[in-house]
Amino acid sequence: MTLSEVKTRTGLALHEVTLTYPDGENRLTALDRVNLEVAPGEFTAVAGPSGSGKSSLLAVAATLLRPDSGQVLVDGQDAGALGPGARTALRRERLGIVFQQSNLLASLTAVEQLLVLESVRGGRVRTARRRAEELLASVGLDGAKQQRRPHQLSGGERQRVNIARALFGSPSVLLVDEPTSALDHERGAQIVDLLAEVTRTHGTATVMVTHDRDLLGRVDRVLEMQDGRLR
Amino acid sequence: MERAGRADKVEEYSPPAGKVPVFVALRDIQFAKGRFALMGAVVTLITTLVVFLYGLTGGLASAASSTITGLRADRIVFGAPAGAAPTVSFSNSTVSPAQAAAFASAPGVSSARPLGLSLTRLTASEAATSVSVLGTDAALLPPLKSGSAPAEGQLAVGSDTAAAYHLAPGAQVQVGPEKLTVSGITEQRSFSHAPTVWTTLSTWEQLSGQNQPTALALSTASGAGPGALDAAQGTKTVSLADSLSGINGFDAEQGSLQMIQGFLFVVSALVVGAFFTVWTVQRKPDIAVLKAVGASSAYLVRDALAQAAAVLFGGAVLGGLAGAVGGVFAASAVPFDVSVLSVAVPVAVMVLLGLLGAVLAVRRITAVDPLAALGASR
Repeated sequence: MTLSEVKTRTGLALHEVTLTYPDGENRLTALDRVNLEVAPGEFTAVAGPSGSGKSSLLAVAATLLRPDSGQVLVDGQDAGALGPGARTALRRERLGIVFQQSNLLASLTAVEQLLVLESVRGGRVRTARRRAEELLASVGLDGAKQQRRPHQLSGGERQRVNIARALFGSPSVLLVDEPTSALDHERGAQIVDLLAEVTRTHGTATVMVTHDRDLLGRVDRVLEMQDGRLR
Repeated sequence: MERAGRADKVEEYSPPAGKVPVFVALRDIQFAKGRFALMGAVVTLITTLVVFLYGLTGGLASAASSTITGLRADRIVFGAPAGAAPTVSFSNSTVSPAQAAAFASAPGVSSARPLGLSLTRLTASEAATSVSVLGTDAALLPPLKSGSAPAEGQLAVGSDTAAAYHLAPGAQVQVGPEKLTVSGITEQRSFSHAPTVWTTLSTWEQLSGQNQPTALALSTASGAGPGALDAAQGTKTVSLADSLSGINGFDAEQGSLQMIQGFLFVVSALVVGAFFTVWTVQRKPDIAVLKAVGASSAYLVRDALAQAAAVLFGGAVLGGLAGAVGGVFAASAVPFDVSVLSVAVPVAVMVLLGLLGAVLAVRRITAVDPLAALGASR
């Protein structure tokens, strides 16, 4: 299905979203009638213990999982009404994902991690190079480091590439999965500060799931996840 | 913040039909040089072997049959001794004068020329070699390079035979029990791996002790078969190509070599398929990430196939060149056919079958779940 026209940038909204997984003969409720709205330019953190449903929330918001019921709206588009191809297109055009592990492709340099998205879009890679370099510089990765492959970068630098890649498609919604799990406190704080900054400068509706409560003072809003419920 | 230059309408994207994405494919090859070089070397070696076999098969086929395939005729008529059923066999066939006359006067047959075929020994300058002797009309002779068509008591020899035994028109040679004079030098032909010498039917009858030709070479106006004539005359008429199975050992020899070629093609497809299966499994995390950020399965499959095509094409072309160069040297020692076709065909088949193996391997890409990019259990 092709997505219909988007008139305005409305961020992310989840309405009464329920998600269950098979668990033997029963079903385990991962998300229990979750409601969430994140406006453009807002940085929201979802905290909670392991197994509380944070990552399920992120997977549903990223359109990687279909909820059993409820609505997921990305920029006003109901992801549940879309076919697989259109959901892929929605992720490409409207969503940016910052992965827990930086999940960079080993064969690509830092700048190519961004340019591959231009190739995926069917765009001109050569003309997009300057924009990719500028974006990498804006997250603190410039000069020769842009030409390095992931194994030649530090954990913090890989995470900056990860953030730049997520922003490359000018997404409306930025979904961030435990961005500091592989970093020490100081570098983790720098990354969260960077996410707060790009949320403001890029106007994204940013949702970060984390278990690191020390960093929650740096976000606009903190929500608690417990047993699949959001408070 | 506005998204400058961005369409408000989000649509599904698949690479256009003519556009093959190679962004990741080429960088993967650059990054994992060792693995791809190893795979390319395997393709190169198998292709070299296939080109060698293909050339050898062609060379052996030519050594066994070029006398027949070079005849200016389109059908061969086989007969049989009285009381026996006719079969496609040059060693068993014999054609009576009545049968020859019947075919010569049949509608649609423009000529029915007798072929007397036998194997014997040629002795010249105290050196001897096995030859196949073909007694027939001068009209069926290969193009002459020098001299003239043989008359009674004469023979024409192929150019390679003439060079090997220092023969020229006017030279005397012993063929079986007969002493004959070389009348001319023709293009080289051979039958049943023995170089062919050409003479008249009556001379052939004298030196072979036969009194009837072995078969008939028909030229038909429209390529039409003899219809009911075979049944009436007790003969078997087949096309020139089908008549080759009447050469002793031809089918067995060609069949064996072609079976080895077939196995090599299958092995190459399996090896390529296995390599790209392992490679695809290793790439699953990358594929999941690319899918999670919006790459379609079509994009990823085409990228992976472009990668396979690059490895296959590079390896096969190198293998083809190695096979061709090796073949040029081999041709001086063994029957070997080196031509554009004898190299291009196995190279093309290697690439196509390898791609088939790769298609079976990279289809796994479609099953990779982008959810895996988000990490551990959800």
